Amino acid sequence: MSTRPQRIVLAAALGVVALLALAPLLWMVSLSVMPGGEANRYPPRLLPSAVTLEHYRTLFSRLDMARYVLNSAFLATTVTLISVVINGAAGYAFAKFHFKGRDSLYRLLVGSLVIPGQVTMLPLFLMMKQLGLVNTYVGAMVPWLASIFGIFLVRQYALSIPDDLLDAARMDGAGEWQIFRRVVIPVIRPILLTLAVFTFMGAWNDFLWPLIVLSNDARYTLPVALANLSLEHVQDTELMMAGAVLTILPVMVVFIAMQRYYMSGITAGSVK
Amino acid sequence: MLLIGVFFFLPVIGALLLSFTDFDLYALADRSVLRFIGIDNYVSLFRNPDFGRALRNTFYYGLVGGPLSIAASLGAALLVNAKLSPLKGFFRSIYFAPYVTTLVAAAVIWRYLLHTRYGLVNYGLGALGINPVDWLGDARWALPAIILMSIWKNFGYNMVIFVAGLQSIPEDLYEAAELDGAGRWHRFRHVTLPMLAPTLGFVTIITLIGYFQLFAEPYVMTQGGPLRSTTSLVLLMYEEGFRWWRMGMAAAVAFVLFGIVLVGTAIQLWFRRKEEA
Repeated sequence: MSTRPQRIVLAAALGVVALLALAPLLWMVSLSVMPGGEANRYPPRLLPSAVTLEHYRTLFSRLDMARYVLNSAFLATTVTLISVVINGAAGYAFAKFHFKGRDSLYRLLVGSLVIPGQVTMLPLFLMMKQLGLVNTYVGAMVPWLASIFGIFLVRQYALSIPDDLLDAARMDGAGEWQIFRRVVIPVIRPILLTLAVFTFMGAWNDFLWPLIVLSNDARYTLPVALANLSLEHVQDTELMMAGAVLTILPVMVVFIAMQRYYMSGITAGSVK
Repeated sequence: MLLIGVFFFLPVIGALLLSFTDFDLYALADRSVLRFIGIDNYVSLFRNPDFGRALRNTFYYGLVGGPLSIAASLGAALLVNAKLSPLKGFFRSIYFAPYVTTLVAAAVIWRYLLHTRYGLVNYGLGALGINPVDWLGDARWALPAIILMSIWKNFGYNMVIFVAGLQSIPEDLYEAAELDGAGRWHRFRHVTLPMLAPTLGFVTIITLIGYFQLFAEPYVMTQGGPLRSTTSLVLLMYEEGFRWWRMGMAAAVAFVLFGIVLVGTAIQLWFRRKEEA
């Protein structure tokens, strides 16, 4: 049996699926640089007649998009840093510290992964209101700080740290915090990077919670601002697409740079 | 730990309590008017035609969109993982790109792809001689259109999980099956699928949980319309809770969703246990 025709069929199939996956994104980029009004023509144009960046300029000059970019970048970065520290420490504690009720607590946590996050949003909003955190950056960050998935991810990884290593460090008189910083972190670094990519992309792309908790458009994140833009400027297709490109671009860059860590996180999470 | 306790478990209990009260705009201003009303919220939900529609839409989206999405992922995984496929890593990354995109932005793009007059989808159909469909303006087509977009957006994620599952199947099994004269379909049916069963179970659970939480797509693409044909449970919860400030009612909607996800997961786990036994 010859493998050549099979190879060609496979390559063609792969190519077609790749085209389907990328076409919407490529068209978005193409639409975003078309001269105003060109998107609303029949038959639809695939490529712009002339490339223009005027819609990107409008986004920044008239629509204050820079503010939303900064909001999103600030929130996603801060959340990522805090989350890595908290969940890294918690995951390590679940793996290596023996405290009363540890295993049942852990089972409770993993079991509660099935609770949809939306269930918590109403009371969480009321709590934020009580604390005066509605429409603040802190309020927007709260649900991301501690993540069950993150703890789970780090714990699975930290289980593989040999106890001897930790004991040896203790014998040398190192304190627990020192051990965590000097011994544990270097070992679990890959999984912390994975957690960081997950958190950053999740926080950047999140929509429902910022929509709920941020009521003042000075604090909007990019997705919330884009949703508003798309509901208000329905006719302005090129502008909308430029907004979409701007929203997607940063996560795409992070993904391309860190995809090894991201992919390994998906498969680590699926082995239960 | 404390953080999860305060910001996760406490709210879950809070939501349950909230769903038994008539918490509304007045209660938001003055807690003293808050009353405990038992299961009244749930009773009125089940009398509310909008809730019935949201329930039906959510099930439709989950039970039709979920399996289709899983099938697409499995197909893509088989394709990317085939022995003779070129540039495996490259294609895997490309297939994953839609998943990385911000949901709101993807919804904006697809709203335009599906545009009755200027969209590429209708243009492509037109080339095949099919009349334009008013995808997002026709109550029959709006939800299928959103399903189509969701498959595009999500298939890459499960694909990565399936590829890992496929790679863990020992090669000898295929060789043995081939020696026994099993064709391609038989090898898939009797080697790949059974060996992939645990992965498939896991993927089904996470996919259904994800699909039952449909929100941003209808919010951006259709605002729940036309004729409420794309209103999901989460969208209804959002509207009840944060547009009309009927938070007691919204909490009840959230708990119905929770119940559905819980039952769905339990059924899945039960099936899995039965298969393993």
